[in-house]
Amino acid sequence: MTTPDTMVQHYHEVVDCQYACPAHTPVPEYIRLIAEGRYTDSYMLNWESNVFPGVLGRVCDRPCEPACRRGRLQEEPVAICRLKRVASDFKDDIQSRLPKIPEEKNGKRIALIGAGPASLTVARDLMPLGYEITVIDEQQKGGGMIRSQIPSFRLPDTVIDEEVGYILDMGVDTRFGEEVTSLKSILDEKFDAVFIGTGAPRGRNLEIPGRYDAEDHIHIGVEWLANVSFKHTNSIGEKVVILGGGNTAMDCCRTARRLGGKEVTVTVRSPFAEMKASPWEIEDAQHEGIPVLDNHVPVQFHCEDGKLNAIEFQLVRAEYDAKGKRSLIPTGEDNVIIECTDVIVAVGQENSFPWIERDIGIEFNDWDMPEVDKITYRTSHKKVFVAGDAAWGPENIITAVAQAHQAAISIDLFCNGKRLSSRPGPNWTLVSQKMGIHEWSYQNNVVDDERYAVPLIATDKALADLSVEVELGFDANLALQEAHRCFSCDAQTVFNASKCIECDACIDICPTDCLTMTHYDPSVDDVGDLRQRLTGPAANNEQPIYVSGSLPDTGRVMVKDENVCVHCGLCAERCPTAAWDMQKLLYTEAQAGDSCQK
Amino acid sequence: MTYQKPNFRHPLAPTNNLGLSRREYEGALSTLCAGCGHDSISNAIITACFENSIEPHKVAKLSGIGCSSKTPTYFLGNSHGFNTVHGRMPSVTTGANMANRDLTYIGVSGDGDSASIGLGQFAHVVRRNLNMLYIVENNGCYGLTKGQNSATTDLGSISKSGNANKFSPIDLCNLSMQLGATFVARSFSGDKDQLVPLIKAAMSHRGFAFIDVISPCVTFNNNPGSKKSYDFVREHQEATSNIDFVPMQQEITTQYDAGTTQEVTLHDGSVIHLHKPIDGFDIHNPRTAMRAMKDHQERDEILTGLLYVDTDPVDLHDVINTNSKPLNSLTKEELCPGNKTLQSINESLR
Ligand SMILES: Cc1cc2nc3c(=O)[nH]c(=O)nc-3n(C[C@H](O)[C@H](O)[C@H](O)COP(=O)(O)OP(=O)(O)OC[C@H]3O[C@@H](n4cnc5c(N)ncnc54)[C@H](O)[C@@H]3O)c2cc1C
Ligand SMILES: Cc1ncc(C[n+]2csc(CCOP(=O)(O)OP(=O)(O)O)c2C)c(N)n1
Ligand code: SF4
Ligand code: SF4
Ligand code: SF4
Ligand code: SF4
Ligand SMILES: [Mg+2]
Repeated sequence: MTTPDTMVQHYHEVVDCQYACPAHTPVPEYIRLIAEGRYTDSYMLNWESNVFPGVLGRVCDRPCEPACRRGRLQEEPVAICRLKRVASDFKDDIQSRLPKIPEEKNGKRIALIGAGPASLTVARDLMPLGYEITVIDEQQKGGGMIRSQIPSFRLPDTVIDEEVGYILDMGVDTRFGEEVTSLKSILDEKFDAVFIGTGAPRGRNLEIPGRYDAEDHIHIGVEWLANVSFKHTNSIGEKVVILGGGNTAMDCCRTARRLGGKEVTVTVRSPFAEMKASPWEIEDAQHEGIPVLDNHVPVQFHCEDGKLNAIEFQLVRAEYDAKGKRSLIPTGEDNVIIECTDVIVAVGQENSFPWIERDIGIEFNDWDMPEVDKITYRTSHKKVFVAGDAAWGPENIITAVAQAHQAAISIDLFCNGKRLSSRPGPNWTLVSQKMGIHEWSYQNNVVDDERYAVPLIATDKALADLSVEVELGFDANLALQEAHRCFSCDAQTVFNASKCIECDACIDICPTDCLTMTHYDPSVDDVGDLRQRLTGPAANNEQPIYVSGSLPDTGRVMVKDENVCVHCGLCAERCPTAAWDMQKLLYTEAQAGDSCQK
Repeated sequence: MTYQKPNFRHPLAPTNNLGLSRREYEGALSTLCAGCGHDSISNAIITACFENSIEPHKVAKLSGIGCSSKTPTYFLGNSHGFNTVHGRMPSVTTGANMANRDLTYIGVSGDGDSASIGLGQFAHVVRRNLNMLYIVENNGCYGLTKGQNSATTDLGSISKSGNANKFSPIDLCNLSMQLGATFVARSFSGDKDQLVPLIKAAMSHRGFAFIDVISPCVTFNNNPGSKKSYDFVREHQEATSNIDFVPMQQEITTQYDAGTTQEVTLHDGSVIHLHKPIDGFDIHNPRTAMRAMKDHQERDEILTGLLYVDTDPVDLHDVINTNSKPLNSLTKEELCPGNKTLQSINESLR
């Protein structure tokens, strides 16, 4: 039974995209602002939640899109990520809308180790509260792997400079070009708290025969990309083989294509369908003429006089045991030898903390990683916090940002002498959208349009220059059309059982059979059984079911399967007593300052 | 800011034996008041036709004038339709049916349309046993003209303006039985579990099938004291029995307890199951039904469900021995058999 105090959580879950976003960005609201041409407002709404809208609008891992409700009714979800870029591309100058930084500081000094998205988020959250922040990074500029790894044809430097700049220009003290080799020495500087945002900097190696026989031609993916990014590397041989099927491999192969690789091939151990890379990254690589060979396990490098000639693979097929565990079984065919000039090993990343002394109060676990609390992001040392890739291994930017917001809350609570467990709750409002008969203040008509493709630059132009951005972005018109595809899942169907006269009008009109009135007693009846007797098949158990209190006339309950509600508002439109109303949920996660300062 | 029904439907929505989805049986978006009982009846008709796999192009829907008579626009958008004048749906349906006996005829009317201006037409279509489903969407008022009392408004029912009705109502079920109807039922727009199987059974019945559906007018007759409000009907409804309908093509899978369930087989082989009938009620005897209705009415109760069915009816085509084929399928040779035939007819009359 859904009771009033659980309703906000229920409604939050209904906004699939926002719920799936680690930072819970209010997606439908920002899409609505784009449709209204309010790009700057849309940008700022994003900026508050996810800190890097221009970056994320290009390269976010976008967990929101597979979750998007439209993907359950049509082939493709709303282009949530690319709309974010529109807000960034078309916004006005936002300087005046950035938070004011107090001249008078609060006397608390915080060190952030690493200047990636995690640390920068902590800085962004704490600077407006009067903290003095020092960021230390061995690189010369801020941005972390956003800058060192993500190639500029996906993410231009100007965008990184701009969004990193908004934060550093708040008056952050930067110690760039300084590698931290001892956490103890940082702690000795008497900071009030230390945040570790050093990422997962080390590329995993592949120890097979011949690995060290042609050092100049066998590269570790993340190191090679960083060298390209910082212009230490600007060419590669003509025949390049990439080992690995993740996003790093996709960036490596596309970069290799631009640095002189004529025949670039990606090889993965697993079957194609199990590649780790995002589908769109694989698609982009294939679009640039890069083949992917699956079920290829590398066994040996063939080298001669420090020169790489070829790499040899064993062919396998995947078999799964009863538990679904995969093993790769050799097919028995002849090994495959691929001639090549260079190999890039992109088989994963690792954390490494040689610079953290093991005797300063930080517990390490069996994987030699610091023990970090999943809610507070604090280590066993009361002043040391960790988030982003450094916490539990490589993830993505938006996860680093979301975790860092939580770490910032913890640091703020800690510095104010409060318990880390007394965390501020989310901010939310729920407001009726009714304007009049047939009139709602959100766009409730539902368009049939399929997803609009983002225009790309011609492939030959893209391949000719490493720094040319491949995607051109939506123009205002395409953005408007794509924005209209959003169902506005934040326009919640809010039910008031005491008003219902059980006329059936809402059930009859609902296009997607979401609603049912039936007898159901939560204390004896089973929800699984309830799902079986609803108007439309309620087969998606991941989507919540709303169950009202008992209806005045018959004692039945109103049940709504949220799964394919298109938020058209027709139930509310056709209800004679306004028992249904469409109310907009604006939900944002708490941030540092929400409990201490207010 | 628009008022349109989205085109999306439930991705797992079923299709029927014809491979059609429910959507193929929907009509235009209703313009009736939100919460009007009539919309619920439209939906029950959609469900019945969809579940019975009726080919939409083999249905003709006819109506008179009134909110109720507007509703054929809101269901079966792919069927034939004729919106006639006030109270004249029966005669137009009779004509259509005589011309093409192969269609399923659904007549939709209101209590004003049938019991006031159209009472004469109603009486004759019943006694002729025209093969059709005749639905009266009975809200006890003239909805379209702002809620005046109608001929079915119950005695003592309080109108929205606060006045008690002083005239005895016409009970259309009772009247149709007196006039020889062969299938009579009453239902409630808010009870689809009962209404849908009744509509299915009525469409399978060969002959005049009448359903009086109490259908609250939320705008003009849903006030306290009204005897056709949602609240009143819910509190005062009693069913003759629970009803299930199994169409002819389908195998009967559920086991019923012989003691409490009566089976009625219609001429086309489909079966109606009546569970837990009320004491002493005989579905094949119009007199028990008429008496039960009267008793209930006196107690301010509403008897719903299947009231009477004749499983071996003689419809108008049988009585007047019409051609077995629709007129539009007759060829010139059949219609104008030539001089030789004329001569032989003339000869036979000399
Ligand atoms: C090739 C590649 C492509 C990627 N593409 C995407 C993508 O498209 N979308 C996406 O969301 N994510 C992507 N990621 C992942 C993403 O970059 C990371 O998840 C994210 O940057 C992690 O942020 P972070 O702040 O935790 O650490 P990082 O961004 O890794 O930043 C850590 C910083 O700490 C510094 N540092 C480390 N150790 C020390 C030390 N001892 N002293 C001083 N400084 C130190 C490093 O120089 C670095 O600047 C990609 C990763 C790779 C490798
Ligand atoms: C010949 C004629 N007389 C009167 C009217 C006015 N009129 C329109 S609808 C209506 C009554 C409709 O009542 P009912 O059939 O019960 O339909 P409801 O609107 O209640 O569903 C009347 C009297 C008319 N349209 N035509
Ligand atoms: S339709 Fe819009 S609000 Fe709904 S999940 Fe997709 S992007 Fe989010
Ligand atoms: S808003 Fe109401 S009518 Fe529209 S799909 Fe959702 S539940 Fe159905
Ligand atoms: S339309 Fe309104 S009054 Fe009618 S059943 Fe739905 S919620 Fe209840
Ligand atoms: S006036 Fe009454 S009968 Fe007519 S549409 Fe409105 S509620 Fe229905
Ligand atoms: Mg009426």
